[in-house]
Amino acid sequence: MEPVRNAIKMEHITKRFGSVVANHDINLELHKGEILSLLGENGSGKTTLMNMLSGIYYSDEGQIYVNDQPVTISSPKDAFDLGIGMIHQHFKLVDVFTATENIVLGLKDEGRLDLKKARHKIQEICDKYGFEIDLDRKIYEMSVSQKQTVEIVKVLYRGAEILILDEPTAVLTPQETDKLFTVMRNMKADGKSLIIITHKLHEVLEVSDRVAVLRKGEYIGDVLTKDASQQSLTDMMVGHAVSLNINRPEPVNVAPRLVVEGLTVYDELGVKRLSDVSFTANAGEILGIAGIAGSGQRELLEAISGLYPISEGSIRFYDPQGGEGQPGKELVGLDPMAIRRCGVSMAFVPEDRLGMGLVGSMGMTGNMMLRSWRKGKGIFLNRKDPEEMANHIWKELDVVTPSTSFPVRRMSGGNVQKVLVGREIAQDPAVLMTAYAVRGLDINTSYTIYNLLTEEKMKGVAVIYVGEDLDVLLELCDRILVLCGGQVSGILDARTTDKREVGTLMTNMGGDSIDE
Amino acid sequence: MFDLVSFIPRAVMQGIPLLYGSTGEILTEKSGNLNLGIPGVMYVGGICGVIGAFFYEQAVSAAEMNGFLAIGIPMLCSLLGSLLMGLLYSVLTITLRANQNVTGLALTTFGVGVGNFFGGSLIKLTGSEVPSIALSATSAYFSKSLPFAGSLGWFGQVFLSYGFLAYLAVIVAIVASYVLNHTRVGLHLRSVGESPATADAAGISVTRYKYLATCIGSMIAGLGGLYYVMDYACGVWSNNAFGDRGWLAIALVIFTIWRPNVSILASILFGGFYILYLYIPSGLNLSVKELYKMIPYVVTLVVLIIVSMRKKREDQPPASLGLPYFREER
Repeated sequence: MEPVRNAIKMEHITKRFGSVVANHDINLELHKGEILSLLGENGSGKTTLMNMLSGIYYSDEGQIYVNDQPVTISSPKDAFDLGIGMIHQHFKLVDVFTATENIVLGLKDEGRLDLKKARHKIQEICDKYGFEIDLDRKIYEMSVSQKQTVEIVKVLYRGAEILILDEPTAVLTPQETDKLFTVMRNMKADGKSLIIITHKLHEVLEVSDRVAVLRKGEYIGDVLTKDASQQSLTDMMVGHAVSLNINRPEPVNVAPRLVVEGLTVYDELGVKRLSDVSFTANAGEILGIAGIAGSGQRELLEAISGLYPISEGSIRFYDPQGGEGQPGKELVGLDPMAIRRCGVSMAFVPEDRLGMGLVGSMGMTGNMMLRSWRKGKGIFLNRKDPEEMANHIWKELDVVTPSTSFPVRRMSGGNVQKVLVGREIAQDPAVLMTAYAVRGLDINTSYTIYNLLTEEKMKGVAVIYVGEDLDVLLELCDRILVLCGGQVSGILDARTTDKREVGTLMTNMGGDSIDE
Repeated sequence: MFDLVSFIPRAVMQGIPLLYGSTGEILTEKSGNLNLGIPGVMYVGGICGVIGAFFYEQAVSAAEMNGFLAIGIPMLCSLLGSLLMGLLYSVLTITLRANQNVTGLALTTFGVGVGNFFGGSLIKLTGSEVPSIALSATSAYFSKSLPFAGSLGWFGQVFLSYGFLAYLAVIVAIVASYVLNHTRVGLHLRSVGESPATADAAGISVTRYKYLATCIGSMIAGLGGLYYVMDYACGVWSNNAFGDRGWLAIALVIFTIWRPNVSILASILFGGFYILYLYIPSGLNLSVKELYKMIPYVVTLVVLIIVSMRKKREDQPPASLGLPYFREER
């Protein structure tokens, strides 16, 4: 009998969420004892694919083999039983328990609970692979990297032979990353097979044996790491340009509307999130912002809106009514309400859609009022105008909802986004910022939103569009600002540049972390 | 002077219902369910015991009573009654995910009502002149202490003068404490109350643990009501006599920072506070007495303030206390 060669083999895997195809006909192999990098942009389906191995999702089509045996994985428990362990980005740990307690949680061993014995066993695993961790420490006293270590040890303690790490380095400092890679190599030396999901190229090149690339839910191919370079991987990741035929009229009456200079911000942990960011957003133009997730897009928009503390830099706003030669109004230091009154409007669509901007249990009218509640007379609210606005958006954008008082939480994601973006546009903003406005939307709705943004641009609004899909950015925007690790790595003319150039700028800054 | 030897036994007898109530509530809260229906559950536990005892006393004459049945029937009735209350709460909050606070408060109102309704009905059945039922024969079995307790002087009076339910309360509290802190079941239960999503991912059935903890917790709390009527009140049920002891039990949960073993002494302390006004010479000034009655609540507030100020994570309530768990919600 032939020795088992593949730890995992996925054949013709397809997964759909409603009308969106997250994974299309994917074939993936993980050899025994190798580290495989799964590379792709955000939304390329990496995590979805891996969740089918860990039992969180179930594939619509296709077959999974573990150790060359066909298997059905329908729950996380099935995955455990097959020796597959996944370390998610969001840790599943009980804060007030010690590391040991968390690791043994849920195991149905024989006999009474013997934490001392378990601790001993766990310590052996730690020594074997070189984990440095205090097993008696409570989780809430631990740093992120220590928590991650607990998660990995937890999976190993359960006897996992195949480990899947979902963007494990996203939350780590470079030193911690190095430590993680050492541990990963130790595990590989012990015969375990590992998959690391990432979009950081230098890490791929550093740690893995082989790279598999996904793009927009499709399997592009795999290469041996020793045959790959940053450039070749970038090409595979972003692919060739796809024509989308988005209507893009030439900008008219271009004039600076928002001038950002030397913007630097730190988060609450003191990590630099934006470093010396400078750009100009012009009226009558769509400025696209490209970058790998977490490169500072959110911080940039929040800083402009007055929601994020700014440590250095200036943001000057030129009022459309101000005439030429006006000095511009400094926005840094103003409160969010004052900034909004200037006409700077933001529609941010977070992962959970409702998280920022809409109140789930209120209807469309109620959510419109969140913007206009100060406009009423005396202590009474003005309900009439928001009601009209809600009706207007309902009709104009084809929002599918039984009435304007139907809770937005119960609408579908696309409709929620239409309400969110529609409301911001209805404010007649001077600057319109949107982030991930088409996230998770089907094609038709996406085009509705593109057209809305273009309409705003033609009205003389400065539109800032933060997006994930490079094809869209290239066809919708007039200029593209590329962020990488909180820095501006380039501002390109969207009409002349190509995907390759943008992709290179997105990944190529000689490292991705600026907190070194 | 302050008579400790007579004060302590009375404090203990005041404390035992609180100990049952708080042990039950701690188990419930460790699963993440804030059962504010505990006062109602204790009422129901008491009245169900009374109903069982009443019909048994009616059926046989005092001389023919079997000690085993005289204790067994009221206990079984009490456990069943409080189990039903616990189940009601569980179905509403776990399966139907109703708001825990509202459900709990409704259950308290309901439980007190049930107690008073059946209490009133029984009183009517007996045709008694006074608004109470006396089940002295049954009570005699419940409050029977060790025969040699009286001959041991102050030691016997302080430690051995109680009915068996008092000792059971201490045993239950110790067992609960051990189970919570030293067994796999306890670890799983605590993880359910802290982070149900984590427990779920680890293969622990969140729903099962919540149901079991809430129902067992209710049954334990119900015994507090039974002890109150059968032992403390010498078998006399009168409507509303149980008073606010249920709330005191919930205050005790916070006071002991969710530890049943601490609750053993703390409940006696609370019991002492509760009757302190009887021992402090206050003359005819009734308002001073009312001030003394406040002591347990004031102490609980002080503990809450101290615990909040120390900000130690272990001393905080279970992290998901009061929140329903729904796997698909993100």
